[in-house]
Amino acid sequence: MRLVRLLPLLPYLWLGAFFLLPFIITLKISFSAAATAQPPYLPVLDWSAGPVGWAYFLEALDFANYETLAGDSLYRDAALSSLALAAAATLILVLIGLPIAHAMARAPGRWQPALVALVIVPFWTSFLIRIYAWIAILKPEGLLSGALMQLGLIASPLEIMNTQTAVLIGLTYAYLPFMVLPLYAVLNRLDPRLREAAADLGASPARVFWTVTLPLARPGLAAGALLCFIPMVGEFIIPDLLGGSDTLMLGRVLWSEFFSNRDWPLASAVAILLIVLVVGPVVLFREAEARREEAGK
Amino acid sequence: MTVPDHTEGEPLLRIAGLSKRFGAFAALSDVSLDLTAGEFVCLLGPSGCGKSTLLRLVAGFETPTSGTIMLGSEDLAALPPHRRPVNMMFQFYALFPHMSVGRNIAYGLKGMGMGRTAVADRVAELLRLLRLDGFEGRAPDTLSGGQRQRVALARALAREPKVLLLDEPLGALDRSLREETQGELRALQRRLGTSFVVVTHDAGEAMTMADRIAVMNQGRLVQIGDAASLYERPASRFIAGLLGDVNLIEGRIAGPAAGAIQAVETGFGRIEAATERSWGLGEAVAIGIRPERVTLVAGAAALEGRITERTYLGDRLRYRVTMADGTILRASVLSSGHALSPGDPVGVAFAPDAIAILPP
Repeated sequence: MRLVRLLPLLPYLWLGAFFLLPFIITLKISFSAAATAQPPYLPVLDWSAGPVGWAYFLEALDFANYETLAGDSLYRDAALSSLALAAAATLILVLIGLPIAHAMARAPGRWQPALVALVIVPFWTSFLIRIYAWIAILKPEGLLSGALMQLGLIASPLEIMNTQTAVLIGLTYAYLPFMVLPLYAVLNRLDPRLREAAADLGASPARVFWTVTLPLARPGLAAGALLCFIPMVGEFIIPDLLGGSDTLMLGRVLWSEFFSNRDWPLASAVAILLIVLVVGPVVLFREAEARREEAGK
Repeated sequence: MTVPDHTEGEPLLRIAGLSKRFGAFAALSDVSLDLTAGEFVCLLGPSGCGKSTLLRLVAGFETPTSGTIMLGSEDLAALPPHRRPVNMMFQFYALFPHMSVGRNIAYGLKGMGMGRTAVADRVAELLRLLRLDGFEGRAPDTLSGGQRQRVALARALAREPKVLLLDEPLGALDRSLREETQGELRALQRRLGTSFVVVTHDAGEAMTMADRIAVMNQGRLVQIGDAASLYERPASRFIAGLLGDVNLIEGRIAGPAAGAIQAVETGFGRIEAATERSWGLGEAVAIGIRPERVTLVAGAAALEGRITERTYLGDRLRYRVTMADGTILRASVLSSGHALSPGDPVGVAFAPDAIAILPP
C-alpha cells in the first residue's frame, strides 16, 4: 500500500534519474578541461579530501569551452545550420503533414484505423536501415536518378547525395509520422458540424479551412512542430549518412568532438548549447500561447 | 437574400419525392412537402425517423438519392451548401469555439459584399433582437445554455434566410427554459416572417409552436396537418400515440350506422365512430380515444365497467376502468365533480366524433 502512495512521485524520480542527473553531470563536464586521463577530463572531485577537495574542485571549473564555442565560427555555423535545416524541414513537414492528416480525418471511419497503421508501419523497420535505404535511392546511380533518366526528365544523374537537399529529404521522411499523428488526433476530434456550420453560413471550402479547421488544429500543429523540430536540431544519423562532409550540424560536431577528438568537455558544452537552442523555441512558444490565452479572455 | 421568381401564394420551398439511402438503409423514402412563405413547420418523429436527414438534404450536407428540392424556381440540389440561400441552426449549436459571440454572428456576413460598418450594424441589431447586448466580446464557452442557443439563432438569422432550418433548437435546454423559449421562438418567427422548419422529437413542443406538424416514421412522412387535426384525427396508431395518451381498442367494422358514422364491434360492446374513410364490413381496425374524451356516467349505460384505480392529479382525476371483457380504459375527468371510488360500477360513453378509427 505504501508503494501505491509513492506512485505520484514516479515521474519526478524518472526525470531526476534520467534527465536532471545526467544534465548536471554534463553541465559539470562542460566546465572542465580535457585531459589525457581516465576519465578524460579534469578536475575530478576527491571525496576523501573533504572541504579542501571541494575548494580545489570548484576552483578548477571555468568557462573556457564556452569561450571556444563563441570564438570559433565552426560552432556558430553548425548551430545556425542546424536551426535552419530543422526549421526548413518543419515547414515542409507542416505543408505535407497537414493535407495528409486532413484527408485521414475526413476518410470514412472504417478506413481510419488502417490509415493510422500505415503511418506507423515504417517504425517496424529500424530507423538506421530506413536511412541507409535513402542512400540507395538518392545516390547518383540510385533509384531516383535512374527512374528520372528512364523517363527522360533529366539527362545526367542527380547530384543531391551528400548535400543539404538530401538531409532535408531524409529529415522530412523520417519525421513525417510525428507531424501527421498529432495533427490527425486534433482534426479527428474536430466536430464535423463546425465545418458544416461554416459552409452553411456561406464559406467556401477554402474559407472553411482557413477560418475554422486550421485555427482549431493549432494545438496539433504546435505539438507536431515541436515534436519534429526539437530532435531534428540535434539529429546526427541523417546528416551523417546523407549529408556528407558539406553538411554542418550540431549533432555531427558533438559526435566528432566526443569520439574523434576525445574532448569530452567541449562535446558537453556543445550538448548544453543544443539544449539551450531547443529549449528556447519551446519557451517562446509557451509564452506566445499564454499571451494568446490572456487576450482571448 | 433574394429568391428568384417567387410569387406570393405559391409554395416557397417545394420538396418532391425525396429519398435518401445510406447503403441498404433507406433513411428517407419518397417525402414530399410544400412550405409557404412565413410558415412554421415542425418535423416530428422518434430518433432515426429521417427528420434530421431531411433537414440535412435541404441544407446540402447530404445528396439526395432521388427527388427534388426547389426554393422558388431554383433547384437547390445543384448547389453546394455554401451557395444555398437557406441557413441552419445546428443541434447543440456548433458555435465556433475560437471566435467571440460577435465574430460568430458576423461569420455569415463576411463575403456578402457588406462593408465593415454594415456588418457591425447588423451584428448589433441581431444582438439586440436576441437580448444578447453586452455579450459581443464573450467566448461561447463562457455562456449559459440559453445564451448559446440565442447566439446560434442570431448567427443563423444573420444572412436573412427565407427558410431557416432548426435541428432540435431547444433540445439542449432544461425543461423550464425550454417552455419559455418555445414562445419566444414562435414570436420571433412571426416578427421576422421567415419560414421555419424545426426538427423535434417532442410532440408538446411541436404542438405549441408549429402551424403545421409533419409526422415522420421510418423515413416516411406519415401525416401532416395542424396540431388539432393530428390530435383529433390521427391516421395511425403510431401518430395517435405520439401526440398524447390514447386508449387503443381492437375491433371489427360492424357496418354503417347513421350518415358517416360507423359501428365498430369491440370486446366489450358496440362503439359508434365518425370516420371520413370507408371501411369494409368485418375489417379489423383499432379505435383510438383520448382519456379526456371518455365520459363516465353513473347508473345504467350501454357500456358498463368498474373503476379499478383512481389517481388524483390536482386539476384532473385519472381513472382506470375495467370493462366487461377485461379491457382497461383510461379516463381523465376534471377533479371538480363527484369522485368515483375503486369498485364503483360505472357507465362509459363516447361521442362518435371523439373516436378515431385506425388501421389495426
